[in-house]
Amino acid sequence: MSEYTKPLPVLQGMTGEFYAWCKQRELRFQRCTQCEAWRHVPREMCAGCGSMAWEWARSSGRGRVFTWTVTAVALHPAFKGATPYASVVVELEEGVRIVSQLIDCTPDELEIDMPVTVEFEAVTPEVTLPKFKRA
Amino acid sequence: MTAAARTNLRDRACIVGVGQTAFTRGDGSGKSALALQLEASVRALEDAGLRHDDVDAILPFPNLATAEELAANLGVQNLRFATTVWMGGAAPVASLEVAAIAVAAGAADHVLIPAGWNGYSGRRARETIAEQTSSIPGGAIARDFYLPYGLAAPPQWYSLMARRHMHEFGTTPAQLGAVAIAMRKHAQMNPAAVMRGKPMTLDDYIKSPMITAPYRLFDCCLETDGAAAVVVTSAERARDLGKQPVYIMGAASGRPYPADEITNRRDIFKTGLTIAAPEAFAIAGVSTADVDFAEIYDCFTFEVIQQLEETGFCARGEGGAFVEGGRIELGGELPLNTHGGLLSEAHVLGMSHIVEAVRQLRGDAGERQVPDAEIGVVTGWGDFGDGSIAILRR
Repeated sequence: MSEYTKPLPVLQGMTGEFYAWCKQRELRFQRCTQCEAWRHVPREMCAGCGSMAWEWARSSGRGRVFTWTVTAVALHPAFKGATPYASVVVELEEGVRIVSQLIDCTPDELEIDMPVTVEFEAVTPEVTLPKFKRA
Repeated sequence: MTAAARTNLRDRACIVGVGQTAFTRGDGSGKSALALQLEASVRALEDAGLRHDDVDAILPFPNLATAEELAANLGVQNLRFATTVWMGGAAPVASLEVAAIAVAAGAADHVLIPAGWNGYSGRRARETIAEQTSSIPGGAIARDFYLPYGLAAPPQWYSLMARRHMHEFGTTPAQLGAVAIAMRKHAQMNPAAVMRGKPMTLDDYIKSPMITAPYRLFDCCLETDGAAAVVVTSAERARDLGKQPVYIMGAASGRPYPADEITNRRDIFKTGLTIAAPEAFAIAGVSTADVDFAEIYDCFTFEVIQQLEETGFCARGEGGAFVEGGRIELGGELPLNTHGGLLSEAHVLGMSHIVEAVRQLRGDAGERQVPDAEIGVVTGWGDFGDGSIAILRR
């Protein structure tokens, strides 16, 4: 397996915890334990009710394509060999949206509202990225 | 504070001087970003009929030159007030708001607002982002949750909104193209425009290569070297200077929610301008129907359509149809970016939009003059959708 050269998240704090769950092949988001509102990206407090109490709640991993862009000219050197590729915003059943990529779909097959389900991609021994495939 | 409570800002401050450097690509400026800003500042002060040491406030653009550096070079010995509005491309217009507040409050007499960079010959914006994630709006969020999935730069972030708009409202590539074509048409009448002598047809637009679909090359702003600057003072002082003052009738700025993350906004089209525009119009005491022209921050074509909607020039979803049929061209109902904008004049970080509005309101716009222009709007857009707006009058 060739070395993975694309940018990786920095595994620290709540972001580190998010990706640690991914490594266990579980997609979890923060959910406020007071008002039960889901949230992404990780935040210290619930913007709805003000509570700082939360848990990592497991997502169904099911969602729909909300929007996407197809990068034809790499705007970052690490993606030069990867074009064209689609970066996709998925809206999960729980209501949160996440930027990801689809692993089983070419850019011209994408459609808004296409049902998708999470799939995990271990890109390095330390980092597993949540990706999606057609449901 | 409510907009009504802020109406005491109306007409309290004026733009009294504008200046700019040459706008270049190719070999580039051959000058430092600081030197470019100083050159534009000196011209703006000359235009205002002010001496360098009349300046007592400087509002620098984020991450370029500091107020201290600018003051040391210009011989500004009494720098009373200096601050930077951290809103990326929305900063120059937001700085007009800050300048108006400062002179109305007596915190400053003569405010210098410069911006300029070697956007072509220096490090391109996208290279800065690749090397230094701290320069991305959203910082660690973009680094940890966007970049691993290939989203690195502004056209990618914003094209997510453009595609969603196309889906919800049927906005078409030809409508995005109408924005690019209008800006290019106006650039033909601007001697300073980089794209003068290079007209564009719809066919040229459609055939331009995809960058990050739905954005083609001609949906994207230029990368250029150059600087521009403006000088703001109180209405009382402005009347004693030689130049015809341009009044800041109203100005406001705002941020989307959340400002540091694009994708989880419940309403993906609600940006800073959505909040700022009604506030600015309330301060100014006029409506969109009173506006003769607008200089809209045109980082990408869809952002023009989006800002027309959020400013209230048309309803949400109607922006695509609004830009068709020459309505936004000189001679149309609402001429936009009469200098050619970021798309076809040069990328001066939004400052040249203010300079152009002042020229239009002074009647100094030459071939591209909007007849009898009395009221003009300038907007700024920055970071993940921060917005600013100023309503100006002669």
